[in-house]
Amino acid sequence: MLSRLQFAMATMFHFIFVPLTLGLSVLVAVMETTYVLTKKDIYLRMTKFWGKLFVINFVLGIVTGITLEFQFGTNWSRYSEYVGDIFGSLLAIEATVAFFMESTFLAAWIFGWKKLSPKMHAACIWIVAIASNISAIWIILANGWMQNPVGYVIRNGRAELDNFLEVISNPFAWGQLFHNGFAAFVVASFFIMGISAYHLLRKNEVEFFTKSFQMGMITALIFSCAVAVQGHGHAQMVAAKQPQKLAAMEALWETSDSAPMYLFLIPDEEKAENSIELMGIPGGLSFLAFNSFDAPVKGLKEWPKEDRPPVTVTFLAFRIMVGLGTLLPLLCIWGWLKRKNLTENKLYLRIMLYAIPLPYIAVWAGWAVAEVGRQPWIVYGIMKTSDAVSPIATSQVAFSFIALTTLYTLLGGVEIFLLAKFARKGPQPEKA
Amino acid sequence: MLESIWFLLWGLLWAIYFMLDGYDLGLGSVMPFLAKNEKDRKIIYNSMGPFWDGNEVWLITAGGVTFAAFPKAYAVMFSGLYTALMLLLIALIIRGVSIEFRSLVESDWARKFWDGAMVVGSFLPGLLLGVAFANIFMGIPIDAEGVFQGGLLTLLNPYGLAGGVLFVLLFAQHGCLWLAVRTTGDINERAGNLATVIWPILVAVYVAFLVLTSIYTKLLSNFLMYPALLLFLLIPIFSIVKVRTLISDRKWWKAWACSATLIVSTTLFGVIGLYPALLPSSINPAYSVTIYNGSSSQMTLKIMLTVALIMVPIIIAYQFWMHKVFATKITDEDLGY
Repeated sequence: MLSRLQFAMATMFHFIFVPLTLGLSVLVAVMETTYVLTKKDIYLRMTKFWGKLFVINFVLGIVTGITLEFQFGTNWSRYSEYVGDIFGSLLAIEATVAFFMESTFLAAWIFGWKKLSPKMHAACIWIVAIASNISAIWIILANGWMQNPVGYVIRNGRAELDNFLEVISNPFAWGQLFHNGFAAFVVASFFIMGISAYHLLRKNEVEFFTKSFQMGMITALIFSCAVAVQGHGHAQMVAAKQPQKLAAMEALWETSDSAPMYLFLIPDEEKAENSIELMGIPGGLSFLAFNSFDAPVKGLKEWPKEDRPPVTVTFLAFRIMVGLGTLLPLLCIWGWLKRKNLTENKLYLRIMLYAIPLPYIAVWAGWAVAEVGRQPWIVYGIMKTSDAVSPIATSQVAFSFIALTTLYTLLGGVEIFLLAKFARKGPQPEKA
Repeated sequence: MLESIWFLLWGLLWAIYFMLDGYDLGLGSVMPFLAKNEKDRKIIYNSMGPFWDGNEVWLITAGGVTFAAFPKAYAVMFSGLYTALMLLLIALIIRGVSIEFRSLVESDWARKFWDGAMVVGSFLPGLLLGVAFANIFMGIPIDAEGVFQGGLLTLLNPYGLAGGVLFVLLFAQHGCLWLAVRTTGDINERAGNLATVIWPILVAVYVAFLVLTSIYTKLLSNFLMYPALLLFLLIPIFSIVKVRTLISDRKWWKAWACSATLIVSTTLFGVIGLYPALLPSSINPAYSVTIYNGSSSQMTLKIMLTVALIMVPIIIAYQFWMHKVFATKITDEDLGY
């Protein structure tokens, strides 16, 4: 249990930094490219300002990533031994094809302002952006394999690779990948909009932050809509591949030919029923999951109790994700309609400032649905999480759990402090 | 055959990691002896600034390759050495954050705090890695199920500690030489002098380590079985002698390269001695994790080898470029951190 908590904590903390890295790297690369093409000083200042925040964020992404890689061995050794043939190779490939590029060229970018030509310098941040996103591909292929294992055989008492192409073309994984990739852009663009809104409210560097805000808004508009549409498609894949998870997401207990969708309900796991169900749309769930109002949807009672995921957590996380997934595009559309006199709209700017955490909460909730909803399996249908933990003393895990939690809390604090400090400080003044 | 190739690559990856991260970990741990003022400290941070992260990725890769090519070894090693590894991770986290965040704070006490974190976070990994590898050379108490029968204290035996001290000294000298490569003037002088002070201690510990190795471990049996392999031992011996003369000649790049060779050949000496075991069991040799019972399927090894043969030369090429462009003598203009 402690190992699960520790892994969940370490993953969530790591995942504060990752989506911003993925999205912001591309946006900074676009800014710098615009500068190289137009030679306008404002784009250089934008690159430097947002780039600085990017770098502060990046550091914790790296150092917390190593912990995750090692935790498979330290806390989940039974799992590592069982699936290393497939899962381990995906991680190793991720390191060789992506991490080296990411870290080497980011350093070249940070230190290369004077040593590299402007084109070469812009190329460096593009390489960082591409490498970050390549690393996302490999890690999500690895996670996608846990969700929907393909291309393996059980041999010599473990899962061995049978068809590499099947593993890397796993449709479930690519569904997750696009969902995450789009969401990363939403996180990054809300980050940019929120900080820009802070300065626009104070009439600080209006041109600079209007440009930044608009760039964020267009990106957010496109990707928040894309993530919602694509998310629907991905949920249908979940319905097909992981029926328990779908049932838990919607707290559906009884199998039904025309499953309704309730806008409001409270699940009761003890009694295996919902204590309150309000505003049902007849056949709504059947339609959403299988495009037909009378498609049968399996309820949780199809499976013995020990094979059901934790319903309340999965259900709540799914509702939070979908709720925010609806709210965020609406915020973007509001901004788009008011784009003519954005700087005057104090209420909107204030909302956008406080909206920075919302996409983060949405991606966390999304991962909670994916991971908690897969329980009790660690690899769906193949290995249970309870069989995956290391045979080590609880006291050791307790020690590391406390140490890591303390350290992460402190670092999280320092990180927020530094981001806020440099975000508030604003860009360097224009050259005279 | 594939297993043996991967075994060598596995050893080589760890060796490259020690060679590269060794210099910035070493430099970080001797920082208090080399820096007299704020400017010196800035120079030290900047000397490793563009490189530490790229260097650390070799650790991620060494770990990842252990996972992919030898999942059982990965599982047993990482869960068995649990506490040591957690300490290593925490140290590396603190170190990385110190390098990046120190320059972002202005107050004196905050900088002192990050400096302290930097020294501890740089010193511990060398010590822990040395202790861990010496214990692996010697054999660790793993039972038939691959469960580690011991704790952190099991690792702190005389041979383990000797390994720890050896790594700390190897890294410290390597770090001094790196700083010497990148500096001129006073601080360059101090870095060279400290390397000169470390050298005789290093030689003494190195000899002691070899003697202990012949007593505590079976590493030498492979060498005695194929006496031609004994020639390999000439590389570290030659490097350790040569590094001293190069320091006297103030040939910093060459001295650094010599120290790098020393680190790589020392690691490979251990790795060759281990073959074919990855993790020898001290309880019963039959419980050891070897390349025969611990490796991945042929298909995975083949695919991984293809990836490695394509990617590793590319990685080496751009990291080489990186060092060539950025590892110049530091000027006042460069002090970004």
